[in-house]
Amino acid sequence: MSVNDLMRSRTLKWLNTGGNNGDVVLLSRIRLARNLRQIPFPNRADYNALAQVELQLDKTIPQIVEGLGQPFDRLDMEHISALQRQVLIEKQLISSNLVKNPQHRIAYISDDRRITIMANEEDHIRIQCTLAGFDLDHAWRLASDIDDCIENQVNLAFDEKMGYLTSCPTNLGTGMRASVVLHLPGLVYSRNMDSIVNLSPQLGLAVRSLFGTKENPSCIYRISNQLTLGLSEEELIENLKSTVNEIVAHERAARKALLYYMKDDVEDRIWRAYGTLRYARSLSEGELFGLLAKVRLGLDLKIIDEVSPECYGELLVGGRTSYLRNFAENENLSANEVDRLRAAHVRETLTRHRIGREE
Amino acid sequence: MLCDDCGRNEAVVHIVQIGPNGRVEKNLCETCAARYGQFMVSGRQNKDVSMDDFLKGIFSSNTRRAAAPAGKELTCPNCGMSYKDFEQTGKIGCSVCYETFRGQLEPLLRRIHGSNVHRGKIPRRSGGKLALKQTIETLRAKLRESIEQEAYEKAAQYRDRIRELEGQMQQEKGGEGDVR
Repeated sequence: MSVNDLMRSRTLKWLNTGGNNGDVVLLSRIRLARNLRQIPFPNRADYNALAQVELQLDKTIPQIVEGLGQPFDRLDMEHISALQRQVLIEKQLISSNLVKNPQHRIAYISDDRRITIMANEEDHIRIQCTLAGFDLDHAWRLASDIDDCIENQVNLAFDEKMGYLTSCPTNLGTGMRASVVLHLPGLVYSRNMDSIVNLSPQLGLAVRSLFGTKENPSCIYRISNQLTLGLSEEELIENLKSTVNEIVAHERAARKALLYYMKDDVEDRIWRAYGTLRYARSLSEGELFGLLAKVRLGLDLKIIDEVSPECYGELLVGGRTSYLRNFAENENLSANEVDRLRAAHVRETLTRHRIGREE
Repeated sequence: MLCDDCGRNEAVVHIVQIGPNGRVEKNLCETCAARYGQFMVSGRQNKDVSMDDFLKGIFSSNTRRAAAPAGKELTCPNCGMSYKDFEQTGKIGCSVCYETFRGQLEPLLRRIHGSNVHRGKIPRRSGGKLALKQTIETLRAKLRESIEQEAYEKAAQYRDRIRELEGQMQQEKGGEGDVR
């Protein structure tokens, strides 16, 4: 697939609905940090050392391609525009750390977009696997297989006692960050989210709100493990999974309660949000996230039945500012112009996903 | 000279701001300047308090105790990083640094992770016999557990498995070099 397709495509497999526990868990991700022996870590490496890492990783890719049976796109951060880098960050295909200094920073992105391997991010090698729904075990197996394949061909920095050596001591040991992205409108609207955010550090987990603002909550949260040393990957994942299961149960209960005690009000707000998205002529990014949260809730509760749930993932990608600027092939669009373009895009997407009513 | 902002009090502070509109110079009175100071601090705090800053703090408090008696400064023979550099960046320089600064890092790791021993995945190739060693460790833990629970049949199974693996280790001995 060409770079252009990668930038313009509005679908990301792992943003599709219908994954395991897909009504609450949007996606699961495993990220592994690995380094090559002896070569200074990227924050201390000169161009020569960075090029060496690039070269070594380049050589490992053919075997990964063969093992997975799908091609990878190789993107050199120095050779794409600043706007294109931002689009990749928006789509969560790369991390923002990769583009701070673009020289010798490479992203290998699999054809199905579930796997990204990054060269010279904070660590020499970062493997990232993202799957739809609640599927951490599968994502971990996938990431671990790729790790094995790379380890077969290069010398990784590993210490018997301290585990995988990483540039930042907070990643040391397993080098693994497991995370799930949750949609929690029930807990947000019933004002229960604070207690979950406050509780999680005690469980060795971090909860972070993604997108949105205080006035327009996107209700999207990422929850990930904080510790990486002293426990095995499976134990860390199990710990995260049990907490997420708990949150999912609370979220479902909160949604049920909302429907039971204030059904009319909830329905009204959901349809108003949907109506705004369908007809608005100008939408800011924050407003879009706020409205989308309600529409997604409406889709999950089967209150909105005239569009297919697939529109949610597409709007989450196609409604972003850098995406729109890149789409219009004009990085100097003013904020107003972007907001108008965003509204047009949202209207078009919702029309395309409309489910025909027979009667 | 009067304050540029309020125009009422005597200007005592000169500030230079570099922002989206280029360089702006102002002469301010004490009350107005205080407001600017607060602005800058609160604006930065929202953005910049990161794990890195946090680590830098931990690093430096750590060295005061651990590295002070050593006297001479320790530098990594591979990448030339000194322990002072950690205090400033919160980042390690290369894989050899971990060996060089092991003594200083271990208490720090215990503080971050509550442990300083890796119990997770072991690379197949460079891990060598370590994987076997770790399996035996886990089996031993299970053995102890089953003895405590008085599940002796299970315990016997674990014991046999451990013996088998230890035999394997003996056979392979001498084959592989050190991990590092």
